Amino acid sequence: MISLKNIEKVYRTSTIETLALTNINLYIGAGEFVSIMGPSGCGKSTLLNLMGLLDTPSAGQVEIDGQTVTQYRDKDLARLRNQKIGFIFQSFHLINDLSVLDNVEIPLLYRKGDAVGPSRRQLAQEALEKVGLSNRMKHFPGQLSGGQKQRVAIARAIVGRPSIILADEPTGNLDSAMGNEIMAILHQLNAEGSTIIMVTHDETMAKKTHRLVRLFDGSMVGDSILQTN
Amino acid sequence: MLTNYIKIAWKVLLRHPFYTFITLFGISLTLTVLIVLTSLMDHLIGSHYPETNRFRTLYVERMALTNKEKTMINSGSMSFKFLTDYAKTLKTPERVTIFSGDHKSNAYVGAQKIELNSRFTDAEYWRVLNFEFIEGKPFNEQNIANGDYVAVITDGFKKQYFNNSGELVVGKRIDIENVSYTVIGVVKGSPITRMFSYSDVFFPYTNPKSNYRSMEYGGSYMAMVQAKKEADLPAINEEFQARIKRIPITNIEAGFKDGSLEVRSEPFVQYFLNVLSEGDPARVATFYAIVGFILFMLIGLPVLNLVNLNVSRILERASEIGIRKAFGAPIRTLLWQFIIENIFITFIGGAIALMLTYALIYGINASGWIAYADLSINANIFIISLLICLVFGLLSGLIPALRMSKLNIADALKA
Repeated sequence: MISLKNIEKVYRTSTIETLALTNINLYIGAGEFVSIMGPSGCGKSTLLNLMGLLDTPSAGQVEIDGQTVTQYRDKDLARLRNQKIGFIFQSFHLINDLSVLDNVEIPLLYRKGDAVGPSRRQLAQEALEKVGLSNRMKHFPGQLSGGQKQRVAIARAIVGRPSIILADEPTGNLDSAMGNEIMAILHQLNAEGSTIIMVTHDETMAKKTHRLVRLFDGSMVGDSILQTN
Repeated sequence: MLTNYIKIAWKVLLRHPFYTFITLFGISLTLTVLIVLTSLMDHLIGSHYPETNRFRTLYVERMALTNKEKTMINSGSMSFKFLTDYAKTLKTPERVTIFSGDHKSNAYVGAQKIELNSRFTDAEYWRVLNFEFIEGKPFNEQNIANGDYVAVITDGFKKQYFNNSGELVVGKRIDIENVSYTVIGVVKGSPITRMFSYSDVFFPYTNPKSNYRSMEYGGSYMAMVQAKKEADLPAINEEFQARIKRIPITNIEAGFKDGSLEVRSEPFVQYFLNVLSEGDPARVATFYAIVGFILFMLIGLPVLNLVNLNVSRILERASEIGIRKAFGAPIRTLLWQFIIENIFITFIGGAIALMLTYALIYGINASGWIAYADLSINANIFIISLLICLVFGLLSGLIPALRMSKLNIADALKA
């Protein structure tokens, strides 16, 4: 499903070069629930950005469903992100000027053909129902709690029915009860067939996934299958 | 998608009222100036009362006689006879009218002196121009042949001369320069800016003071040559110029023997430009350069300011750009989003500008600064205004949008 081969990522400014990732080789199959852990600055988010096609590697290859995407143009990358990938961010990244329903609709705005007008609304409503927020559709993000915002973000990530969901510390800004609720939703999505890759600092949350990849100083230092109950 | 963009644009406007005020103030003020200028320009050169057929009329206003050595030029209006011989007898036009420029005259009502402008015209003048007769009718060929002492006056002059009385004045007598005339008609006056129709009083050209019998080429008359349709104008001009070329100029005037004679017959816009440039093509180029520069100052500088303002406003929205890109918005779509938003905001500014312009134009018309001013926002001006808004929106939105749409997604999400 997602394959990273010999990935290297270097951030360059006029004076400094920072090696963020080096020699990353990773394959994530369909239906997996993978967590990525490591200390701050070890390259977890960079890795997630590369898998999500939000950034390009300095060297190496990224493959999604067997297609090498490294040389794709902006338009093709955008189409691929739109169709195959959903994102959940630690700080939710909702657009405060739009209602909950309008926020959830965003991925469908850029999808050609099947999702237009009323059917877009319908899909967005269904996604919100799935995360238990059908009663907050007309609210604005500023009127919601942290947990509710993250559920809206999950609804937005799943509205286009992507096969991959990338979550960057989805429980990082939430208390443990709310974090558990979010993890339950992610598990449910995984059970329905979505591949989920989650960056986290939280060992407890990581242990609830099926596979744990550990990074340190830009390198992959561990990759283990977990026994979950 | 469009609704989503407009919703966002509206929310962005509401987010920072002061920023919004500055933006809309800049846009609406600039557009107001542009629309008022366009309206003034239209007032000056468009086809308006009573010169509603300008678009299909050629103007013969001036002749220029140059001596053989090209050291002397004698230019001015023409004699009635000259225009009768060479313009009135043209075969291609629908109508040709010969009339004098306006002359200053005085009239006395009791002890009160009224300064007025008067003009001598033929009967065709009233068919070429579309004056609205409030009372009576124009003088006709019979009045002219009889040498009747009749006059058509404007409503403004009527008010002055008859002391604002509302009574009908056709058949009454007016004394101008110690000559008594019978009022035959009262027309709604023409603005002072329309030099071929502006006057307070119109007399038949057979009036003893008109000097219409002069045998010289030069004189105080001019002509309007009206075509059936605009497309006929080049053929009429060709016929007229062929006649002018055949005019013998061997014994015209001392010092101009074997010189050359130029008489232009031109559409109003060309005539207008020639008046401004005194017929010098270099001056026309300078005129266009000046207009271009003024337009640049009027549009370019506010656009640059808006670009600056928009860049900082859009930078605030980096996170939104990142989200949209992450969920599949290609650069081109984002580019359009920002351009559409900007055009939407510009159109709000444009709507305010139209209201301001309407108020300003109403003020100018009502103020009496320009006699009979009839500035308006007609369909043409409205369409031009919309185009100006569109150009303004595009210009001021494109650069910030380009800059924003190229933002790296990961960086944008960190903002």
